[in-house]
Amino acid sequence: MKRRDFLKGCLISGAAASLGVPSKSLAVGSFEGYPDAMGILVDTTRCVGCRSCEAACNKEQKLPEPDVPFDDLSVFEEKRRTTEKAYTVVNRYEAGDGKDPQFRKMQCNHCNEPGCLTSCFVNAYTKTREGAVIYDSKICVGCRTCMVACPFNIPAYSYSSAFNPVVKKCIFCYHTRLKYGKPPACVEICPREVLTFGLRSDLIKIAHERIRETPDRYIDHLYGEKELGGTSWMYLAAVPPEKIGLDETVGNEPIISNVKEFLGMVPMVLTIWPALFTGFHLLATRNKDHGADHHTHSEQEDGKK
Amino acid sequence: MQTKRFWLAGMMATVLLATVPGTGRGITIPDTVTLHSQSKLYEPFVFPHAKHILIVKECSNCHHHTTGTLVQDPNCIRCHRNSSETAVVSCKGCHLPDAFTATAIKEKNKKIYHRDMPSLKAAMHQSCIDCHNKMKQGPVGCQDCHVYTKEGAAFYNSGEFAPKKKPAKGSHGGH
Repeated sequence: MKRRDFLKGCLISGAAASLGVPSKSLAVGSFEGYPDAMGILVDTTRCVGCRSCEAACNKEQKLPEPDVPFDDLSVFEEKRRTTEKAYTVVNRYEAGDGKDPQFRKMQCNHCNEPGCLTSCFVNAYTKTREGAVIYDSKICVGCRTCMVACPFNIPAYSYSSAFNPVVKKCIFCYHTRLKYGKPPACVEICPREVLTFGLRSDLIKIAHERIRETPDRYIDHLYGEKELGGTSWMYLAAVPPEKIGLDETVGNEPIISNVKEFLGMVPMVLTIWPALFTGFHLLATRNKDHGADHHTHSEQEDGKK
Repeated sequence: MQTKRFWLAGMMATVLLATVPGTGRGITIPDTVTLHSQSKLYEPFVFPHAKHILIVKECSNCHHHTTGTLVQDPNCIRCHRNSSETAVVSCKGCHLPDAFTATAIKEKNKKIYHRDMPSLKAAMHQSCIDCHNKMKQGPVGCQDCHVYTKEGAAFYNSGEFAPKKKPAKGSHGGH
């Protein structure tokens, strides 16, 4: 087959294949989570910063030894973030107005439509039916795009590994617990039930019920119910979210909405456009193609092969 | 020696608790209650009940209600308005020790108003710490009440299990 014919064939079949693709991509609606998805309600008004959840996470996930003991409260002097050695950390926030300091546990929020999953080009991430956002470290190529995509700055990176650096984050204890209907280790150890484990749909009801019954205790907002299309972990607080380090500017649209329309266009631009414009070109240069030098040209080409 | 004393106190408390009748007649009030007797991470801990009675005086401040009275907690009243006088007064009489097992979650969700009841552990920690904070007396730190077992110290990387190498300043919260 002549190269020109081969390319033409490719373009035509590519264009044909792509006809269905853009409509399918654009049809991706908003996903409000699996109906039986579990979640965690984090009642930050109950947290006293004992760091038991950090210890439990460390043991359950077999993470390396921490820098300081888990009962060392001096860590609250600075704001920490999740690392390859700690999938969850508790931070202390000064609430001001003579209020007691507030504590908030931070870990992956397990979004309904995760930005990390959307951004991962090797499809290492999965949103499970149970609500967990897990990842396959064997597939992960360590590109760190998910770290950029995550609006909560959660995925951490194993910089310490020279040969197989991968992304590390909370996986909702999926493999050891959630899969079997059990709550994550942090929930089980929490002494004050800051963390309530249950169906996400139930937790939303419980949260609003708590606000309704004790309006003085909470601000009337359940962070994570709607933010970024909803997250599996949701927060009740006595102070506005930004006071305890929860970003209020994230909006209610999932990360994928920012790129969905653009991504829907990609197949069209990449496949239909070349086919279309090549077609135009071929039509426009049709007469020239039958010109005198055509045969010599293709003979030269064949000669090369 | 210490452990032996705890055991003794635990046995005594168990015996005392067993003598509390459900009917409200001839109540025997325990002087101490041993908590955490099943815990792997902590030594059993003896709660000085008698001391609290002297300080708090009003039983319902902690117990929601006493035996022989009607239900008083607004959360309970919604359903138990017409229930007879309460027979149960102990924490574990209502608060489940295993609130988050797979079965408990399924069961709890059926009973709509019972589903937001704190577990036994949570009910106690919320009651104790909140009141101690409010009264500005009594222990609020974990180890003020709980003494680690060896397993507990290992779990929290504390004491003899503390990390050996000193971290460089500001090493937490790397990227």
